[in-house]
Amino acid sequence: MQSKKVVDALIRIAGRDGVLVTPEDLAAYSYDGTFAEGTPAAVVLPRSTEQTAGIVKIAAEHRVPLIARGMGSGLAAGSIPVRAGGIVVSFTRMNRIVEIDAANSTVRVEAGVVTADLQAEVEKRGLFYPPDPSSIRHSTIGGNIACNAGGPRCLKYGVTGNYVLGLEVVLADGRILQTGGKPIKDVTGYNLTALFTSSEGTLGLITGALLRLVARPRWAKTALCEFDSLHDASRAVNAVLAEGIVPASLELMDRTAIGCIEEAMHLGLNTDVEASLILETDGADEQTVMREAEAAGRVCLESGARSVKVARTEEERAGLWRARRSISPSLARKAPNKLGEDITVPRGAIPEVVRELREISARHGLPIVIFGHAGDGNLHPNILFDKRKVGEWEKVQRMVGEVFAAALAAGGTLSGEHGVGVLKRPYFERALGPVSVEVQRRIKQALDPLNILNPGKMFEDKE
Amino acid sequence: MEEAKPKESEYLHCIRCGLCLAACPTYREYRTETASPRGRVALARKGLEGELELSPNLLEQMYGCFGCMACDDLCPVGIRPAELALSMRGVGEGIRPSRWKKWLFGGLLTHAGRLELATLPLRLYEGLGVRRLVYLLGLNRLLPAQIRDLEAMLPRIPKRPLRRVLPEVTPARSGERHRVGFFLGCAQSLLFADQSAATLRVLARNGCTVITPKEAACCGMPARGYGRMDLVREQARRNIEVFERCGVERIVTDCATCGSTLKEYGAFFAGDSGWEARARAFAEKVRDISEFLMEIPLVKPAGRVEAVVTYHDPCHLRRGQRVWRQPRSLLGLIDGLELVELPEADWCCGSAGSQLITHYALSRKVLDRKLDNVAGTGARMLASGCPGCQMQLNTGLRRRGMPVRVVHPVTLLDEAYGGEDAE
Repeated sequence: MQSKKVVDALIRIAGRDGVLVTPEDLAAYSYDGTFAEGTPAAVVLPRSTEQTAGIVKIAAEHRVPLIARGMGSGLAAGSIPVRAGGIVVSFTRMNRIVEIDAANSTVRVEAGVVTADLQAEVEKRGLFYPPDPSSIRHSTIGGNIACNAGGPRCLKYGVTGNYVLGLEVVLADGRILQTGGKPIKDVTGYNLTALFTSSEGTLGLITGALLRLVARPRWAKTALCEFDSLHDASRAVNAVLAEGIVPASLELMDRTAIGCIEEAMHLGLNTDVEASLILETDGADEQTVMREAEAAGRVCLESGARSVKVARTEEERAGLWRARRSISPSLARKAPNKLGEDITVPRGAIPEVVRELREISARHGLPIVIFGHAGDGNLHPNILFDKRKVGEWEKVQRMVGEVFAAALAAGGTLSGEHGVGVLKRPYFERALGPVSVEVQRRIKQALDPLNILNPGKMFEDKE
Repeated sequence: MEEAKPKESEYLHCIRCGLCLAACPTYREYRTETASPRGRVALARKGLEGELELSPNLLEQMYGCFGCMACDDLCPVGIRPAELALSMRGVGEGIRPSRWKKWLFGGLLTHAGRLELATLPLRLYEGLGVRRLVYLLGLNRLLPAQIRDLEAMLPRIPKRPLRRVLPEVTPARSGERHRVGFFLGCAQSLLFADQSAATLRVLARNGCTVITPKEAACCGMPARGYGRMDLVREQARRNIEVFERCGVERIVTDCATCGSTLKEYGAFFAGDSGWEARARAFAEKVRDISEFLMEIPLVKPAGRVEAVVTYHDPCHLRRGQRVWRQPRSLLGLIDGLELVELPEADWCCGSAGSQLITHYALSRKVLDRKLDNVAGTGARMLASGCPGCQMQLNTGLRRRGMPVRVVHPVTLLDEAYGGEDAE
């Protein structure tokens, strides 16, 4: 790449303060929420869709890879440069909430809006944007859409993609595509909105979105259900749902996870239990919400829970959720490295898969911490290790292969909400089969014939 | 120089989750990874492990941190990015020592006498009426914005440093119940003398005999700000010795920054067999004034302060000392006073020590957000027990022409007790 020429052209579009090229800047953009790294040749921070289109045209002209990035909290290495000479396009400065349409319950945002900021803003109007990935305060809506992020509340409310009505996307040739619109029902043509959702920056650069909102639930009750057996806890998940109760969230965490958050946050959690479920019901009517929480708690007790405690104050409730959100990072207290997977299985298979995960851990002698959104079958087995120890990384890779094999055998899949990125690329074809991969590859070729959009993600980079 | 590199444990376990980005005032303004805690930790690690050169630009990123400690507080892994940035500044000093910093933080600020002499022109500027004249003629408006802001930052400068005026022993009124030492900070003595005078009155009224040792040194924070732990320890040793001689049960300070540094003395001497125990004993006695007052039975103030007041948490108090309930409770004791909670009360105001000079533009942006929040409360008084915050807030309020008075919480309590007239 003729870097000087490209950088000058980028500066003409995004301004001097919108283009970063010092070795320190490039190093700071060489990672995301994983241990993977790849250094870009430049970082550009556009302030508008038009600027983004200009950037894409430069990249197309010079055949330079573009890597879309939000706040870099991804867990599949989806926003790190793979091929040398890449330009990171960071959307963090496109962070305006353009329009809240209360009558139609929609909000139009730029891609770089922080998801928690969006939620706070619409909640002021009595509206609600439900998807709540654990990275809610440090991830952007653009990144959430590009990975179709989930979160605890998805059990009742669905994932990010269920709330995307339309997108503004800069295509690989610099043209601007608008998909969808405010109508809830829309079958005019292919569902391009869905195509770009979870495309991980490989088909186009998402610069804006039109999102569907719902009424804010006025009441929520959260309970902590403690179990002496991980198996009982995972069985309880199905028992609750079989009762016809749909909690907003039903989160599982095992003994190690509980120990780590207690060590990090001192919330007073019992650390001698084998597993806990965090259960939340919500809705418009306090009585109903309370009744559902009590009924779910009763089912947990019948399934072997040692105790069920309903949070009495908002502070207690917030504490439980803060704890849940901190599990993943707090695991780093146990080991220098962790690999967090994201398998999803049919709900009924959870007890079986949990047992297999424990066997894999025992077989290889490395801890696997288990937590996740058990209510929708999405588990986060985290392998703890030390990359500096000889042979340990190879062992981890063998374990990952076995974790995926267990998920696939149970009728599940690789990823529920993190995406494929670089880390799950080797298992992509095994999960989907050759026909599906071939179809997806052709979609990629049709939309990005020069292969400049996030090359090396999902598919091997055949430059 | 004795300073060692940061230990591996201070950065190795960062898993780059990004949680800290959400809490960082410099990230919030710039929205670049380089200006984030995670970015600084990554750069420190790459620099220390030899992957990147410890270049001036890399070290500059460590000065880009405002030291508000919001990231230290929130990291579930236990990494302390703000602390690491401070240590990295020390690494920088080892490579390219800064002469002016050594002169200022190591020499001038360490000796109260020298500092008082150096700031004499400021007292003359105020005392001889030059300042009034400058304002009267509008000469301040001719200054470049940054210099004008620095000028406006100065409160009404006391005629004499409080250290010169204050007696060594201030007796308790109506019977001694406590014997406490008072650590008079440099900024309090030179710039906010009437606040510390109020602190002394409030202590005396509540049965405290107060010893103010004049030979105490700087708390050490300025030297710490550029990573010179060797100088910090030198100052700490002096303070430990001085207060040991006083034989007091508590060491009280009304400066958030001094308090947070003094409380860390134990940690500064970890592993030093000669000093660790003494430093820990010293640190355990240290209390912020609001913290101390809330531990003892207080005389109920008879007077009233009719005002709507809001409170800004100094970083060095809220996170540095975990003191945030006490100043609010203290204000709650005053009849007539209506306390309105400030949104984002615990976010940095942008003062951050010398950053308000060296990182003026960013400091101003951080301050603007604070001022918007203050304006939203409708309060006429803004209480905060930190001279750095107070100067910064004063500048912003004056620039915007907002009719808000910046006060130390203890000043309001003193007013409710009747102030100087009650003596």
